[in-house]
Amino acid sequence: MPVRTVLLGQGTCCISAGAKQISAALREEIARLDLAGTVQVKHTGCRGFSQIDPVVIIEPEGLLYSEVKVDDAPEIARSLLPQGQPIERLFYRDPVTDRAIPHHRDITFYNKQQRTVLKNCGYIDPEEIDDYLAVGGYQALRKVLSEMTPEQVIEAVKRSGLRGLGGGGFPAGRKWEACRRVPGDEKYVVCNADEGDPGAFQDRSVLEGDPHSVVEGMIIAGYAVGATKGYVYVRAEYPLAVKRLGIAIAEARERGFLGENVLGNGFGFDIEIFQGAGAFVCGESTALTLSLEGARGMPKPLPRPRTTEVGLWGRPTLLNNVKTFANIRWIINKGAEWFASQGTEKSKGTAIFSLTGKITNCGLIEVPMGITLREIIFDIGGGVPGGRTFKAVQTGGPSGGVLPEGLLGTPIDFDSLTAAGSMMGSGGMVVVDEDTCMVDLARYFLDFTQKESCGQCSLCRLGSVQMLEILNAITEGNGRIEDIDLLIELGESVKIGSICGLGQSAPNPVLSTIRYFREEYESHILEKKCPARVCKGLISYIIVSDKCKACMICLRKCPVEAIKGGKKEVHVIDQDKCTRCGVCLSVCPERFGAVEIIPGREVKIHG
Amino acid sequence: MNKINGEIYMQNKEQKELLVRLGEAQNKFGYLSEKVMIELAESLDMSISDVYGVATFYSFFSIRPQGRNIIRICKSVPCFLKNSQVIIETVEKEIGIKPGETTPNGKFSFHLTNCIGVCDKAPAMMINSEVYIDLTPNKISQILKAHK
Ligand SMILES: Cc1cc2nc3c(=O)[nH]c(=O)nc-3n(C[C@H](O)[C@H](O)[C@H](O)COP(=O)(O)O)c2cc1C
Ligand code: SF4
Ligand code: SF4
Ligand code: FES
Ligand code: FES
Repeated sequence: MPVRTVLLGQGTCCISAGAKQISAALREEIARLDLAGTVQVKHTGCRGFSQIDPVVIIEPEGLLYSEVKVDDAPEIARSLLPQGQPIERLFYRDPVTDRAIPHHRDITFYNKQQRTVLKNCGYIDPEEIDDYLAVGGYQALRKVLSEMTPEQVIEAVKRSGLRGLGGGGFPAGRKWEACRRVPGDEKYVVCNADEGDPGAFQDRSVLEGDPHSVVEGMIIAGYAVGATKGYVYVRAEYPLAVKRLGIAIAEARERGFLGENVLGNGFGFDIEIFQGAGAFVCGESTALTLSLEGARGMPKPLPRPRTTEVGLWGRPTLLNNVKTFANIRWIINKGAEWFASQGTEKSKGTAIFSLTGKITNCGLIEVPMGITLREIIFDIGGGVPGGRTFKAVQTGGPSGGVLPEGLLGTPIDFDSLTAAGSMMGSGGMVVVDEDTCMVDLARYFLDFTQKESCGQCSLCRLGSVQMLEILNAITEGNGRIEDIDLLIELGESVKIGSICGLGQSAPNPVLSTIRYFREEYESHILEKKCPARVCKGLISYIIVSDKCKACMICLRKCPVEAIKGGKKEVHVIDQDKCTRCGVCLSVCPERFGAVEIIPGREVKIHG
Repeated sequence: MNKINGEIYMQNKEQKELLVRLGEAQNKFGYLSEKVMIELAESLDMSISDVYGVATFYSFFSIRPQGRNIIRICKSVPCFLKNSQVIIETVEKEIGIKPGETTPNGKFSFHLTNCIGVCDKAPAMMINSEVYIDLTPNKISQILKAHK
């Protein structure tokens, strides 16, 4: 019987960071030291704190080693000998206090989290069904099949207050009930794992780290609504998630959790994986069903019946997000009341966010609904790195909005975020600092949605192109002041004139940046300045004369010979020749730091 | 297509295989040739234009021959905030082609892609089905050298 377990994350990013090699080296060393009988190396999914990847955890002590390298393997193995000592140099160091923190539970990143859906991600081996069973896996399914009627299951999901976690926040229980009520003996359960929002990777992590929780949720859903077949629609970019989910489904089938006679109960249900092929709009429910049918994934025209009534192959279909299904086992096991006791009045349970951008602790977190943006960004996320200042946070990806510092007190729940002009969306949370230009950011998001538009609504297709052209003009210094109102007007009509969520939300990043950062648009237009010093047409490179050591490095490297000067002669940039390529800034030795970017284009000579 | 309650859905259940088969052909031949599409249309009892319509709708399918290795650099915001532009320029310089192109020797095709879901390790890219993270210009040269 192993006395110790070495947990090693093997998610997509851990693997890219070398986790496979570390695992092989560790196993070899452990065997060499004859520890194989007492130490077990276990591969798990993502633990979320990718900033310090690859991570090794030693249980039962709960020691965490961060940023482990292959070369650390022998030392880690030796530390597992009976007389071994913890390896202090591999402990995580708190960036604020610089104190070494031996135990993972003491790390601030995890302290304020409340992990339900992600509870087992990073603790169990996603490719071993026995690991899942050991943490109570498939107990919810057993309970449902032996003690509950489909109506009782639906009642529990309704009472829990669970809302769909795919973006819209539609009450899950009501959707299940609607699907149950539609008559028909051929129904489908579909899991939406298309996760196309840039900046979101929670569905990938759940599928890679705890795929059985999704499978179990889907089987229970099938029982509740009266479906016999389930599909998981996974995007093509997630090969590892597809592989692990495939293993999970096969194992579940082998153990009788899937198949014609689930747990001998007479209920039949099976699951098939379907891979997308790279089209963001396929995440929309009606587009997704068409894509599953082998067609072009275009949202169906209005008016359209609900997918719960006429879905896949025209049959009643229950479509939920990965996390929505992953929550079900907890509602059944711990009770609807337990679930409903968490979160806020109208948003129950937890929310998962992918923290990215200019934030110290990038990674995946799960927090109770109602926690504020400030707590997430500063307490869990550790704030903005590099001594820069926080500027804004974008939630909900390209469909969401950009919120400024003043709104960091906003609690995280479906309704508060929407009221602030953003949305929960798929759970992307992108933090930007003072070096990000909000006009440029809005343009970047819109560029994405505009390219992903399926093109059937003329306002979505043409309106967004027109908005993009205006934004381009503004960032290039050719904006007119009336463009701001024109953007708002266009944005509102694109929202109204589009038939699916893509078009309906595409203007949000533009509208919210105008709402909260209007002065930045005005600087671009009226003063021809990019205050964040990003937009090439609206900045100048200058050489600060009392910092310039006349070393001639930049002068030689400038591709257009825009820099004048000589030995012992302070250098000056000819603003008419300069193409703002940035080479001089990158080659000027760090200890001089003489090249700077300033907003605006007026400057001819500086100093 | 068929309609129930005025609603569109595919009647031909076989057609579900289309995306799967297109994916297989794409993996096997590197692209979807006219011949492949005609064969698929026949075997799934679909029109050729429907097959073509589906093949051109999805960004992971291509109807032109691709290089042996397909580089997809993430162009989404979180990577952009971590200087993905520099990575894109480095790859352009190293292999001498722009996004959307294939090197003359057929070694690489190069595309920009939407988020590949490792944004906490930005900037990121995929080559074939391998994911590469925390990219720097130095890493790029090494990674590209490792591909034949
Ligand atoms: C353009 C577009 C993309 C979407 N992408 C996703 C997605 O990737 N994953 C997802 O679960 N829902 C996505 N949705 C929302 C789905 O339409 C649907 O509301 C959701 O999957 C329902 O599941 P839920 O009730 O569990 O949230 C998208 C919607 C739109 C309009
Ligand atoms: S809103 Fe845009 S993406 Fe949605 S159906 Fe219309 S054109 Fe297509
Ligand atoms: S930014 Fe480029 S063009 Fe302008 S001075 Fe520097 S090196 Fe020369
Ligand atoms: S996959 Fe490794 S930390 Fe996310
Ligand atoms: S934004 Fe690049 S991987 Fe997500």
